[in-house]
Order: sequence, then structure tokens, then C-alpha cells
Amino acid sequence: MFNPISVSEVRERYSQGESCYDVISEFLEKIKDSRLNTFISISENEALAMAEKIDKGKLSGRLKGIPVSIKDAISTRGIRTTCGSKILENYVPPFDAHVIERIKAEGGIIIGKTNMDEFCMGTTTETSYFGPSKNPWDESRVPGGSSGGSAASIAEGSSVLSLGSDTGGSVRCPAAFCGVVGIKPTYGLVSRYGLIPYANSLEQIGPIASNVKDAALLLEIIAGKDYRDSTSVEKTFEFKLMDVSKVRIGIIREMIEKVDEKVQKETWRAINKLEELGMNYEEVSLPMMDYTLAAYYILAMSEASSNLSRYDGVRYGYHIEKEMNWNTYFSKVRAEGFGDEVKRRILLGTYALSAGYYGKYYLKALRVRNLIIQAFNKLFERYDVLLAPTMPTLPFRIGEIQDPLSMYLMDINTVPVNLAGLPAVSVPAGLNNGLPVGLQIIGKPFDENMILNVALKVEEEVWKR
Amino acid sequence: MEEVIIGLEVHVQLNLLKSKLFCQCPTDYHNSEPNTHVCPICLGLPGAMPVINRKAVEAGIAVAMALNAEIQEKTLFYRKNYFYPDLPRGFQISQYDFPLAYGGYVTIETDSGEKKVTLKRIHMEEDPGRLTYPGTIDTARYSLIDYNRSGMPLLEIVTEPVISSPKEARSFLNKLRTILEYLGVFDGSLEGAMRVDANISLKGGARAEVKNISSYKGVEKALSFEITRQKNLLKRGIMVEMETRHFDEARGVTISLRTKEEEQDYRYFPEPDLPPMEPRSLIPDVKDTIPELPDAKRRRFMEEYGISDYFAKVLTSEIRMADYFEKVAKVIDPGLAATWIADILKGELNYRDMEFSEVFEAEKLIQVLKLLAVKKITEKGAVKVIRVMLDEGGDPLKIVRRLDLMVMDLSEVERLCDEVIEENSQAVSDYISGRKEALNYLVGQVMKKSRGKADPGETNRILIRKLKEREKDSS
Ligand SMILES: [Zn+2]
Repeated sequence: MFNPISVSEVRERYSQGESCYDVISEFLEKIKDSRLNTFISISENEALAMAEKIDKGKLSGRLKGIPVSIKDAISTRGIRTTCGSKILENYVPPFDAHVIERIKAEGGIIIGKTNMDEFCMGTTTETSYFGPSKNPWDESRVPGGSSGGSAASIAEGSSVLSLGSDTGGSVRCPAAFCGVVGIKPTYGLVSRYGLIPYANSLEQIGPIASNVKDAALLLEIIAGKDYRDSTSVEKTFEFKLMDVSKVRIGIIREMIEKVDEKVQKETWRAINKLEELGMNYEEVSLPMMDYTLAAYYILAMSEASSNLSRYDGVRYGYHIEKEMNWNTYFSKVRAEGFGDEVKRRILLGTYALSAGYYGKYYLKALRVRNLIIQAFNKLFERYDVLLAPTMPTLPFRIGEIQDPLSMYLMDINTVPVNLAGLPAVSVPAGLNNGLPVGLQIIGKPFDENMILNVALKVEEEVWKR
Repeated sequence: MEEVIIGLEVHVQLNLLKSKLFCQCPTDYHNSEPNTHVCPICLGLPGAMPVINRKAVEAGIAVAMALNAEIQEKTLFYRKNYFYPDLPRGFQISQYDFPLAYGGYVTIETDSGEKKVTLKRIHMEEDPGRLTYPGTIDTARYSLIDYNRSGMPLLEIVTEPVISSPKEARSFLNKLRTILEYLGVFDGSLEGAMRVDANISLKGGARAEVKNISSYKGVEKALSFEITRQKNLLKRGIMVEMETRHFDEARGVTISLRTKEEEQDYRYFPEPDLPPMEPRSLIPDVKDTIPELPDAKRRRFMEEYGISDYFAKVLTSEIRMADYFEKVAKVIDPGLAATWIADILKGELNYRDMEFSEVFEAEKLIQVLKLLAVKKITEKGAVKVIRVMLDEGGDPLKIVRRLDLMVMDLSEVERLCDEVIEENSQAVSDYISGRKEALNYLVGQVMKKSRGKADPGETNRILIRKLKEREKDSS
């Protein structure tokens, strides 16, 4: 079932003379035949129409004819965008997200919208209103989340490139669990315009692909200033090969010591392999790790509680065809339209922002955030990249973790990066019991090129053996 | 009399800016179909992000400067969270800590002289949409929402509790409106342009907040009602409760909305999609755009045109009137222009409940005053022309001709005077024998013969001359 397809493989087929229409049709069939529940919507008509245009020579670009799947949290004009929720089950955005415009402009073909945890709130896709996706390596296991559909689609080869979004690990986690590459860009590198917000100050849209170079290609295309997102910055990204033999590597002790043994083993195996290649590393400590998860969840839930206030059934989305007063109506819409995990986070976030608690929780979390940033800054004075396992466990079984707190603990290694706004990539670095283990490489702000070059090394020397 | 303490929160719509506060939707929705001036941003569609309209910030800075407030080093937008159907995101993007400006004052005239109404703060925020109810708010089975107003740039201007009467509140608002209109960012005549929340207390009592008073006259009414209500409570020994009240404009009363315990918790936190701004850095750009303000213009009018303080004050109370005056005063004697604009024209407007924006062009008044100056028409005739132009419009010369207002030729008046003297020997001899009131009768006769077209002043003068000649002849 793990059968990813690279951009160059598709290009090869085109250079053999295959039509875009045929290639795209084949991918669409693959999506329909998939048993992994990776997609919520398939944009067959739009994709085939675009394929025909390409066949007629009307479109070109760096993604010409490449099938791209999109996490259903990213707005696509004319294609329903549910964010994995009943409350947006029939919502069709009237505009494209910035990243979608960029992909279309480069001739990429949007073939469908991938499954995800409802409003990105989860680590497995199990909170999706449309049911969980399955892990291509073992269908009884979760693909990770929240961008689980995207990563599983890349791993099963039903799309070649995908976009996810990463608020606390939502790109890196499923990339690790599915054995593919996922990038969380520096905060501000990619416009969030059109991304349905979960926690604005933490999240970035990021590419998922079968290999580092493909992921880098997609990042090149989506990166860059967009005036519609005031937090986006005047930076672009270009992937350049570089010599990484002298790169100073720090291994974050707290992120490796507390994880599952099997994950530890594969992580060290990968690190040792890099050492054999002449690269040096040191073990380092990231203080404040004990507080990061709490700080992250307070900030994320606070922002979420506010972001999700707009779903009241008045203008769009789930609504009830019955007369009742406004308060009853919107309460009922939200009671019926949101899932349990979403409600839990709205309640907790509302609580954290309430009078009397704001200082105790929200402001305190902001202070922790500042301390984390300082801690990273300090480490980056001595190291170029920091390494750690992406996830604390191997992919677990669907339904295995029921307790919300245990689930939140799964994000322990990924959230510090979001709090600090840093770039990170998860690259597959080993297999254990037939399940992939992802290695997370964290870099300085806007130093995507460095982490991706290290990731490329891991991919070539460790993963592909 | 008990001491009254009033503080105002004034919401001012910057309705002359081209686009809304966080999107590019045009602001000229006032005569448009509902929900035609909207986009994903001001409809709060998921994924659409606000972008600060720099022009709105500059306008805010200009207002703050004109109100003598201190622009802050750093300013930040916050989310004010509450559910209401006119609020498409479930929160309003407003300001909280780090507002645009602190302090400032507005100078007003009171019965006891000039007074500085000091300001607490000035901040920016977006307007929600607008709810309309078929019939009345109490009986309507449903309401309709128009999001055209959603995202309109607002300034909230908060005074210190230093206003001591409804009348003072009114003159503060009038002055504020004048200043805002001078800045060219605000048209106070548009619906919803200025909305006021008022805090009122009597010395020793708790304060009540009256929300959302939406007309200038309403403010004075609401405050007067509220003061009477509180006085009556105190008289009966009942404590005034700290509460929020609603002003029912139609009935002229305030009604309790909620007590302090039921106050909403807005859960303010910084808007993560909008980075902090440094408004002070924009001051140099904005400074040059600030025009001459009312008080300065008033002083200049007195010096430059030699008109009285009273006229200067009236003329500068509206930028349109001030500009109008200056146009007229270029061609016509400024004293005459001032009288005719500040007194007569303004009076006619008030009588008709018209705004100065509805007045005919200055060129037309110039024509009228020119005719008056050369005595082609009488003052009465001039007023008549003005009235017709206000009521029906039209060209002054044509109106003069149509209504036959041209003053009679002087030789013709002389002739009529001679006739009247011949025909009224009794009145003439009365006059000569010292009963000067007989003159009025004679003037009346001339006017009658001329069917009102003789200039009364001239007629008077001519008659006196002729009667004196008679007197000489007879003695
Ligand atoms: Zn708009």
C-alpha cells in the first residue's frame, strides 16, 4: 500500500507522450479505489478540465500536470471546503486561498480535498466528521493528523504533492506516521490567506511529498509575501543544494529521552549513520520543554474559541430550517454542527480568555512562548540545526487513544517549533516493525534551505539505504 | 441643583474614506441595496483575513491630532468576542490596551464661557452590520441583516466624565462633528454617522450607561430623561442602580437593558492576524493634510474680514458654510455677506429643517446680493428670492423677473410721490404741522400705487425731501 509517486516519475510519463487527461484520470481512479478514506471531496470535473487545457498547450508552469491534493482546511473556489466538520459540510468558498492561486498559476492540478481532523483539532484524523483515514502501512493504524488525509494520499500514491497545515505538528506528524516528507515553514513565509484558521499565531501551510526535493519544489511555489496576509513577510524560498558535512547538529535530549523505545532506537540509528558520514552532533538541552505543551494548548484553544465563533448557521454552513430565536438557533447549530473535540477546545479556550483567568493562563502562556523563543535562539548560536524524533511513538491503532490528554501528549515534540515560529521538516528515517519513523529537523527562522539539505542527506543516506 | 456628571463614548463612522477598515469594499453604501458592499473579509468567511486600511489609520491620526490627543508609539488591534447576528466573525476587531491615542480635548462654548471637554482616549474599530426589523423591534417575527455596514471604519472617542448638562453634551457633539467634517473624513448627515453611549450620574449616585443613541437631538433628550429619572429616584430615597439602559428614540425614554452583574465578558485578546503598528511614524505624513480647524478659521475670519465674533462663530460652525462665505465674500462686502449667510440664509434653513449641504450654489447668492447692493431689488425682495430658490430652486434673475421684484425706477417713484402728495393734502398738512407719523401713511400710499415695487427707503427719502420743499414754499 505504500506506493508514493514522485514529481519526476509523472514528468517522465509526460515526456513519454502520455496525455495529462489520461494521467490525471488514473489518479482520480486511484482515489476512488482507495480504501484509506484519504479524501473528503474529489474535484474530478475541475481537474479533468484543467488537464484538457494542459493537453491543448494552454497551461504550463513548474507544476504542469502534477496532481496536487489539498487539505480540506484550505479554501478552494467552487470546491467545497469542509475543514472536516459537519458545520461546513456544504460550504463552497467563493475564493481561492493564496497557495491555491500559486499552484494553479504553475499548472498544478487540484484533484481533491483531503481528510483531516475537524478544524485541525487532532493528531489522527479520528475527529473528522467524515471518519478517520487509515495508515497505508497498516490499515488498522492512524495516519497521524491533523493533515492525515494528505500524508496518506502521498504515501499511497493517489496524489503526488499535497498541502497540509501545521498548527502544532499537523504536517510533520502525519508525514512521520506515513513515511513521507512534510515541511512546516517559518511563520510568515507562506501566506495563510484562505486557510481556515484554527490558531492564527501558530500555523503555517506546508507541503507534503514523497521526497525532499518535491516538497522543496512545492514550498518554492507557495512561499512569498502576500499583501492579504499581514503576517506574511518579504521573503521567498529557493532550494539550493549545499554541502552539509560541516553542519553543526544539536540533538534535543528532552525530545528523545521521553519517547517510545522503538522510536529512540530508529532515531539513534539514523543519527549514527550521519555520524558515520562524518557529520558531528552534540546532545543539547531545550529548557522549558515541560511547559511548552500547556502553553501551546492554552494559546491554540484561546485563538480557536474566537475563530470558531463565526459558525452560527446564519450566512453559510450547517443550518436548521426551523423558526426559533437567535440565541437558541445558533446554540443549536453549534451543538449539532461541532464534534466533541472541537467543543472541548472551544470551552477550554473560552475559559482561558475569561475575565480573571486571562492573566493566569493566556498571558502566562505568552510568557512561556517568549522563553521558548529565547531558548531556541540560544541553541542556534551554537548549532545550525536541531534534531529530534518527530513523534513520540510509532503509528498507533485507530481508537487506541481515547483520553484527550494522552492524545495531546503526542504533540510534545512538534509544538515547540510552532510556539517559536521556526521551520522544521519531518523526513522518514527508519522502519520499525514495518512502521515508519520520522526524524524532525528544526532550523533557524527562514533557514529552510539548511534543514531541507540535511533532510535530503537523511533521505539519501538513511531512508533509501 | 444636583451636580450632573456625564461622560460620552462617541462612535464616529469615517464614512468619507474610500474603503472599509479591513477590506477594499467601498463605503458609499448608504443608498444601496442590502448586502451589495460586501466581500469575504467583511462577511467573515473562513480563511479571509483582515488587512489594515492605511488611509483609515491616517484619518484616525488626523482626528486625534485635531483633537489635541497624544498619538501612541505602538497601537494594537484586539478581538472583542460576543455573539450577535450582525457580527459576522463572532468578534469585533477593536482596540483595548494600546489604543491609537490618549488624552486630548475639545473646546466648547457654555453659558459660563469657554470650556475644555477633556478626552480619555481615541481608538479604532470596525462597525458591525445592521439589523432591520419588519414593523417594530418588539413585534417583528424575524429580522433582516445588512452587512453593507460591516467593517466600516469607526473611531471611538471617549470623554472624561466632565460634561455637566445635556446642553453641554449637545454642543460637544456639534463641535466634534464640525471638526470631523473639516478634516474631510466624515459626513455627519449620513445615517448612522455618529452614535453615542452616555454615562450619567448625579452626585452621590451610581452611574447608568445609556447605549446607542443615534441622533444628535436624541442625545439631549436621552440625557434629560435620564437625569429626571435619577433625580426622582433619589428624591424618593431609592438608590440609582449601576446598569446599562437603552434609549427608545420614538418614546423619548430610557429602558433598563441589564444590570452590572450581567455585564458581558468580551474576552479581549490581541488580533493575531494584524501585527502591531507604530502610528507616531505616520504623523509627519498626516500633519500636512490637516486643514485649518474651526477655532483658527474663526479667528482668521474676524481679522481678515472684519466681521463680528458672533458671525465668525456661526460661519465656521460648518465647513460648508465657511467655504460658502469665503466664496461670497470675495465679491461682495464681507459684512453684508456674513449677515446674509449667517443670519438670513441660516435662519431660512433652520426654518425648513434643511442642512447647509442642501443650499444653492454660492454664485446664486452673489447674484442676489449684487442686485441688492445696487438697489435693483429690496431686502424684502432678496429674501423672497432666497426662499424661492430654497423651496423650488431656479435662477435668481429669472425669479426676480417672474415675481416682478425689480425695484421701480427712481424717476417713477418721484412721479408717484408727487401724485400721492397731490391726492392727500390732509396728510401733507398734518405732516407739516408736526404730526410726523403722517409720513408713514404717505409712504404706504406710494407703495400701494407702485404695487410694492418702490424701494421703501428711497420712497421715504423722496417724500421727506418733497414735503420739506412744500413746507418751505408754504412758509
Ligand atoms: Zn469587504
